[in-house]
Amino acid sequence: MNKIPGYRHYVAGTQPNHLHRPYVSSIKRAPLQALVPLPQTLSEITGPVFEPEILDVKACDLTRQHSGEPLGERIIVSGRVLDENSRPVPQTLVEIWQANAAGRYLHSWDQHNAPLDPNFTGCGHTMTDSEGRYRFVTIRPGEYPWGNHDNAWRPAHIHFSLWGPAFATRLVTQMYFQGDPLLPFDPIFNCTDDEKARNRLISQFDWETTIPSQALGFRFDIFLSGRESTPMETHSHGEKP
Amino acid sequence: MNVPATTWQTIGPFFKIGLSWLYRDNLAAPGVSGERVEIAGRILDGDGKPVPDGIVEIWQADSHGKYAHPDDPQEKSAEPGFRGYGRVPTDDEGRFCFTTIKPGRVPGPDGKLQAPHLAVSVFTRGLLRRLITRIYLPDEPSNAEDFALNLVDAGRRDTLIARKIEGRAGALEWNVILQGVGETVFFDV
Repeated sequence: MNKIPGYRHYVAGTQPNHLHRPYVSSIKRAPLQALVPLPQTLSEITGPVFEPEILDVKACDLTRQHSGEPLGERIIVSGRVLDENSRPVPQTLVEIWQANAAGRYLHSWDQHNAPLDPNFTGCGHTMTDSEGRYRFVTIRPGEYPWGNHDNAWRPAHIHFSLWGPAFATRLVTQMYFQGDPLLPFDPIFNCTDDEKARNRLISQFDWETTIPSQALGFRFDIFLSGRESTPMETHSHGEKP
Repeated sequence: MNVPATTWQTIGPFFKIGLSWLYRDNLAAPGVSGERVEIAGRILDGDGKPVPDGIVEIWQADSHGKYAHPDDPQEKSAEPGFRGYGRVPTDDEGRFCFTTIKPGRVPGPDGKLQAPHLAVSVFTRGLLRRLITRIYLPDEPSNAEDFALNLVDAGRRDTLIARKIEGRAGALEWNVILQGVGETVFFDV
């Protein structure tokens, strides 16, 4: 018999429900049946492992992916990926995407009449180091209008996709900026009941990572599901429980 | 210090910018052992309309039932060249398709082997967090005794089992119905 700890369930109130009516796109896409509780098995406590060789080393600097420099305010976005016990999550993939400084995505569906920037794609990826640290150089994304409701505007944000050590620890989220006046009105930012949980999506201005004469630093620490303290039980074929 | 896991947010409609570099629609490189299967389907919303801004991610064991992951304690080696990871977007008609090998059986929590299955995450604009589901294979006797399938109401189990496409060997259909009639079973792990 092997004992491997599974991953914790989310703390009540800290995650969005699938159906959140103020976010109109959720109304026809959220399942209506209750989720079926599934005890974690080997399938959920393992997950994709990515080798550092797949990384494009240029992908962590979104300001140097073209011949010229993108327009807008250069920023450093960095932080640590930790588990719920504040232990670092090393060598895990972090993927980001975002609008340019004018609030326009390089995507054929984005019809916002703000200019594209030939020097900015808005995608990046990197892997955390042994201490769970990651760092991107990018441009502060612009706010932009969207069709959710009358005069709807998304606050400035950067999308994050993370893996962690297992299928169970996958996370996709968005990072916001302190003091953004649109935050109280955004149905996506406000989709979660717990105010503290919401506010942890807001990055903090950080002198320590600010580079003089170059770029302001913003710190965004990300927490992935941590291990259960009691191991789940797995049994090899033929063993008696 | 205990800090709850970070709150999920939707991937939104423009994820292709950031996620397409890791699209993988063929998990079965030449030389990897196992029975090839092509799994194709659509993501549909509560009105039966196709979801053109979705992603399906796959995680599965190799044909011997071993995961390419250090926490798999089974005393057998993982198939070289098989990573078990797939990521496919939907097209304008909500369609997705990937090729893989039939996974072997892996241990379950009850001392029995699970039926062959793929762990699946579904992401779309409008989903504030991912939906977790599984794909099982048709004509698989072990489905009857699979612990996860048996957690599901009998009337909804078939939403987790891919269907054979007649006349095309190895071709399977599996759809994701996000809401309403025939709603796919989604799990809380």
